[in-house]
Amino acid sequence: MMPALFQVLPLVVIWLALGAVGIVIQAYVRNTKLVFGYYLGTLALTAILAVVTAGAKGTMFSGMITTGGYANFFDVLFCSAGILSMIAARPYLQRLDGELDEFYTLLVSAVTGMMLMAHSNHMLVTFIGVELMSISFYVMSGFLRSDIRSVEAALKYFLLGAFASGFLVYGMALIYGATGSLEFGAIGSAVVSDALRFPVLFAIGATLLVIGFCFKIAAFPFHQWAPDVYEGAPTAVTAFMSTGGKAAAFSALIPIASVVMAGDSVVTGQMQLMVAIVSAVTMLVGNISAIAQSNVKRMLAYSSIAHAGYMLMGIVNGTTSGSEAIVFYATAYTFMQIGAFVIVGILEREEGGHLQLDDYAGLGKRQPVLAALMSIFLFSLAGIPPLGGFFGKYLLFVSAIDAGFTWLTIVAVASSVISVWFYLGLVVKMYFTEPSGDTSESPSGIAAITLAVSTVAVIALGIVPGWITSVIRSWPPMLTP
Amino acid sequence: MPTTIPLDYYLALSAILFVTGVVGVITRRNAIIIFMSIELMLNAVNLTMVSFSAFLGDIAGQMFVFFIMAVAAAEAAVGLAIVLALFRKRQTVYVDELNIMKW
Repeated sequence: MMPALFQVLPLVVIWLALGAVGIVIQAYVRNTKLVFGYYLGTLALTAILAVVTAGAKGTMFSGMITTGGYANFFDVLFCSAGILSMIAARPYLQRLDGELDEFYTLLVSAVTGMMLMAHSNHMLVTFIGVELMSISFYVMSGFLRSDIRSVEAALKYFLLGAFASGFLVYGMALIYGATGSLEFGAIGSAVVSDALRFPVLFAIGATLLVIGFCFKIAAFPFHQWAPDVYEGAPTAVTAFMSTGGKAAAFSALIPIASVVMAGDSVVTGQMQLMVAIVSAVTMLVGNISAIAQSNVKRMLAYSSIAHAGYMLMGIVNGTTSGSEAIVFYATAYTFMQIGAFVIVGILEREEGGHLQLDDYAGLGKRQPVLAALMSIFLFSLAGIPPLGGFFGKYLLFVSAIDAGFTWLTIVAVASSVISVWFYLGLVVKMYFTEPSGDTSESPSGIAAITLAVSTVAVIALGIVPGWITSVIRSWPPMLTP
Repeated sequence: MPTTIPLDYYLALSAILFVTGVVGVITRRNAIIIFMSIELMLNAVNLTMVSFSAFLGDIAGQMFVFFIMAVAAAEAAVGLAIVLALFRKRQTVYVDELNIMKW
């Protein structure tokens, strides 16, 4: 018999590596290079273990944690995002004179929180995962203490994030009262068998839960924090929290949405319509606001709001094909968004200098490689074939049509067309305008590794999407153990 | 035999507390008071959890409350540190005055 602990090895390893060893090393050794290498190794080992244990499907710890398959796919995604952001963060923080060992500890603790969210089979685990990730992000976004914008971003993120957690956990409490359980499987069966004690409280609870998650993924009408926080936070942190954080929120939302909207419960129809409307408005607001921005970081922040809107289309679908589309899109989005933000970080100067669209004029001549890579990421974000973003969008659009929401797909196509305007606008700026003002650029250092990996991933996801979709398809998210 | 208070009373009280917290977050401008309002929301949730737990005869809700309290403490530590960092830079805790970026 396989030892039971084998199933949860990725979680246990990252937990021990972070809590038992990492903090001691960080506190007593005070060698940044060592801490950096140690955490890089931890994330790589966790990712490998997640691949190895992917087949061991089941639940652990009294059914609170699912293992294998779907959750492990997300483990690998979070660890990759963590490794890529960490590699890119080192030269960035060194240049801005803000590198401290704690940064890497916080990054790994955020990854641990994300993994808990993906592995969750119980509201409590979801809550702990969300908080572990969010609290790490609050500190990370305020990491450049001497930069007022960074501190301001941290405070805004903290206040609105904690506010959203209140909604999230109140929703959990009401669902607990209505169904008598906090475990996803039991909630799902109570919903399906129509054994709700207080159907009204269940509906309110489900709505509050969706509101809480809308905050976390920055969906309309709770998206206002995102542009400020993404603009003010250090760019390396923005790269990580706009991708990993969003993917993690979706990894927790998919199983919760599938139990809340299970069968033909009292709320399924209204929930679907509510999420569809939120999705449509989110992508329109995100893309239209992005056009008006002159700051590249802020533009990408609004575009990330729009991408959350696209991913919500998979939740509207509510079946496995919808969640497959979300997982694929989250994967592609992680690589292209990290790539784009890392390039912004390489070009950035102290105190938020060199972030305007005009600063990118003539980049094609000055930095041909960076400009070419940035164009690939922007094309992928715009959903232009044959890159990863195109295929992900295609899957999401098909899933919305399957669910009978043709109008939502039409809105999504229209907003994609709008988004091409500002993505291509930046490409045109880089290639067809003359540079002006200060044009000295700093070397990218080891961030080049991140860019190379992200580029390969974005292109591979577009050219051979079949491989990754077959992997995702073989690991459906479990509704009930 | 003591008369028991019906579940509705607990739920109504915690709903009122929660809404008070939400209104506080939306209307107040002092970061510390906004944070206190958030704590009020979390305590309303605690009350809901405990009353459902007693009503259902299920221990999971009470267990959840301990985790909420621990998380609230961690949030307070991080949040007050952020407020302090901001105060050192700007000598203010009013969110209206945080306008370097569009709010």
